[in-house]
Amino acid sequence: MEFTQWTGFTTGAWQNEINVRDFIQKNYTPYYGDASFLGGATERTKELLAQFRELQKQEQEKGGVLDIDTTTVSSLCNYQPGYLDKEKELIVGLQTDAPLKRGVNPFGGIRMARSACAAYGYQLSDQIEEYFTYRTTHNDGVFRVYTDEMKAARHCALLTGLPDAYGRGRIIGDYRRVALYGIDVLIAEKKKDKQRVGERMMDVENIRLLEELSQQINFLGKLKEMAAMYGYDISRPAANAREAIQWTYFGYLAANKEQNGAAMSFGRTSTFFDIYIERDIRAGILDEQGAQELLDDLVLKLRMARHLRTPEYNELFGGDPMWITESVGGMGQNHKTLVTKTSYRMLNTLYTLGPAPEPNLTVLWSSRLPEAFKRFCAKISIDTDSIQYESDDLMRPVYGDDYAIACCVSAMKVGKQMQFFGARTNLGKLLLLALNGGVDNVFGTRLGPQMEPMADEVLDYTKVMERLQLYMTWLCKLYVNTMNCIHYMHDKYAYEKTQMALHDTDVDRLMAFGVAGLSVIADSLSAIKYATVKPIRDENGMIVDFETVGDFPKYGNDDDRVDEIAQNILTDFHNELKKTPAYRGAQHTLSALTITSNVVYGKKTGSTPDGRKKGEPFAPGANPMHNREQNGALASLNSVSKLPYAAARDGISNTFSIVPDALGKTEEERVANLVSVMNGYFENGAHHLNVNVMNRETLLKAYENPEAYPNLTIRVSGYAVNFCKLSREQQKEVISRTFHTTV
Amino acid sequence: MQGSKQNDIGRIHSFQSLGTVDGPGVRTVVFMQGCPLRCICCHNPDTWDFTGGTETTVEELTARILRYRSYFGTEGGVTVSGGEPLCQAAFVTALFRRLRELGISTALDTSGYRLDDEVRALLTVTDLVLLDYKYTNAEDHLRYTGCELSRVETFLDHLQKLGKPTWLRHVLIPGYNDSAESLARLREVRDAHSCICKVELLPFRKLCLEKYRELGIPFVLENTPEMPAARAEELAKPFKL
Repeated sequence: MEFTQWTGFTTGAWQNEINVRDFIQKNYTPYYGDASFLGGATERTKELLAQFRELQKQEQEKGGVLDIDTTTVSSLCNYQPGYLDKEKELIVGLQTDAPLKRGVNPFGGIRMARSACAAYGYQLSDQIEEYFTYRTTHNDGVFRVYTDEMKAARHCALLTGLPDAYGRGRIIGDYRRVALYGIDVLIAEKKKDKQRVGERMMDVENIRLLEELSQQINFLGKLKEMAAMYGYDISRPAANAREAIQWTYFGYLAANKEQNGAAMSFGRTSTFFDIYIERDIRAGILDEQGAQELLDDLVLKLRMARHLRTPEYNELFGGDPMWITESVGGMGQNHKTLVTKTSYRMLNTLYTLGPAPEPNLTVLWSSRLPEAFKRFCAKISIDTDSIQYESDDLMRPVYGDDYAIACCVSAMKVGKQMQFFGARTNLGKLLLLALNGGVDNVFGTRLGPQMEPMADEVLDYTKVMERLQLYMTWLCKLYVNTMNCIHYMHDKYAYEKTQMALHDTDVDRLMAFGVAGLSVIADSLSAIKYATVKPIRDENGMIVDFETVGDFPKYGNDDDRVDEIAQNILTDFHNELKKTPAYRGAQHTLSALTITSNVVYGKKTGSTPDGRKKGEPFAPGANPMHNREQNGALASLNSVSKLPYAAARDGISNTFSIVPDALGKTEEERVANLVSVMNGYFENGAHHLNVNVMNRETLLKAYENPEAYPNLTIRVSGYAVNFCKLSREQQKEVISRTFHTTV
Repeated sequence: MQGSKQNDIGRIHSFQSLGTVDGPGVRTVVFMQGCPLRCICCHNPDTWDFTGGTETTVEELTARILRYRSYFGTEGGVTVSGGEPLCQAAFVTALFRRLRELGISTALDTSGYRLDDEVRALLTVTDLVLLDYKYTNAEDHLRYTGCELSRVETFLDHLQKLGKPTWLRHVLIPGYNDSAESLARLREVRDAHSCICKVELLPFRKLCLEKYRELGIPFVLENTPEMPAARAEELAKPFKL
């Protein structure tokens, strides 16, 4: 292929096939210097930002939703073009015809759309209601096939947050393809694929794939049409940096209009954009200020993305999150860094536009990253609490050097792998269910193998482990089967046409399972093993509480006796999952990630042998339980770093909060020390770290007086949130967490 | 004064895996148990009692420290504080010798109350000394710490003779040791010892109040105000090198 828009690029395989990675490798310029070249926000940017902030304020005043279009079903071309300020915007495109106005997307489930409208004082229009009486949604499909057992597990919150009533998300289209190739090439390639697949045997797999390809081609056409409504012809490749960012953003925007997916991430674009920016700077048609403005505008657009969700969803995942994750940095397979000046520019938006949760900026950390870049990242963490870190050294051997993070911690090769998202199971509850012989002691539900509750006066570790194993085997089979139902129906009734059009046709699939309450179960089992745990029973003999006497090793103290219990739980759980084949040949992966749902999980779980009382929150993700750490922050990091990534390839989330004084006396020391801490943690094989550097007092003040802290951003499990958008309960939980302090 | 006779068994108060304020870089800090001094500004009264804490061996402690090695980077390492580590000089010497063999940098946080052969041996395997220099006149030093200033001076002179990199640490207590004369004398001490590469003026704070209450020990400085950070910074200016 030859295009005039490619003039000046180094040639390669990328010209003969869809291969963005090859284009990047052949053309990018690594950057080893520091941040001194960066510029600040221009007047134009500041004015746009002020307009956005004003709308954000109105949105907050109106209870979290500014406006809803209740009469249009969200899709690529269903809204007139919308602008924040048409004259000033360099990058354009909104989900609906006005900023922060939310569309409705009932394809995941009409009930969810209806109740979300109602929750904010709107009513879904009669036309939409009527249309969807004739149409099966994903949610309808799933509930047609759910078994009683699946419903019971869901009802008593043993399996929670399953994507059975909303879009599954966690799929990253390779939006860069739109910029590099233009839509016409992408359509032509998909048509070739369709021809090729058509020659295969017409079994269920291939018939389904053929229909999907036809939908993909259709939606690529709609994407082109959507861009044309904004006055852009994206049938051809992008000709300059502004177009490259615009074309890429159009791809993302189309996906976001089509799908109300939980966690629709942006990918790994900065270094790709850098190639265009460098070319424009060399040609003298762009300067540093102009380059930063393009990034600022893109990020502002991403900060304006909204989905319409119910209050129940927010109770689980606080802060109205989108998880528009952009992965920055990392190393190439050839050991050359993928950090470019635009990696800096992307992170610099946290200064030009101020701290914010979105996009979810994720640094792919390697011990070999340029030292100046490490220091820049550490400084941003200290200043803004808005970025997270994930180990490139751990992920690169598995996913290569063109993967990105979806949601919080889920790695996938961009455009080559997709994920079937599967929320998580509640491990604390599983243990209690096992002890009670198949009765949930909060809901009274019977499920799983039925037997007598454990009758021992003092719990015996070996006997408990035998039982737990039995229930884990049962649950894992149920969990995979439930997921298979969900994703079959999602493919059937809410297939991601735009996003999958931006993937290779023969895509690899991952099925992502999850656990919550890892520290609760590890400490509980440790208590049973090393202390004396006496069950307390109600009048029916059901175990409802525990009396735990004596000390026991607690996860988070770098004590192998309990850390190994946590490690084994992950490995055993993963092994059990693999025994049941996953839909479409997907690979089973597992995460230890809760986001803010650790509060709700705790609320629905009875007292546990570790001393946690009924209803109290779990620790988030793979975090140790707060206030159980006795050996300081590094001991806690070590406990988490020992968890096996091989068993939990969908990510192991850890949130680290430290007061500034505990990191060093001067800013320079703090930056250097934070870099050392991260070097050590990731060198030990850890996967993920959220970093908050702040005083608990700041959070207490924000809790008392939210209006004074509208932009206070903190990292929670796997993402960042606006502290003030969390529920009071979630805020309290965040405040109660361990803040590492000086002694 | 008391001290462990056995080289390989020590009594520690606690173990802090992440320390960033006791020496350069990221450091693991070991707090030894037992201190003969009674400084009125002491933040760790729970480390005074020689019979408290837990016993550990050099081998155990080294193994524990090694778990944090990856965090030390080029600057960090291990700091032994207390309590008063000089009271267990033989143990700390054995520990430091082992750490040095492993290439881990060692720092000693001490009052410098004692200098004898055991301590001299310890200093030969110490990379950095954090020396508390609490009061600049003899009378105050004795009154507010229970130890003669001359002992600290002797200790510092020895460090100078060795050319041992030393940080002087001085807790600024309003009304006690923050006068212009006192700080001028501290500068003189600094200027007279080229081994001193840094002077840290630490603002007096009262975070330890709760500890004193729990232990039922009166905190002499209970009614003394904390040192404002801004004033501490102002006073520190002439000490910047």
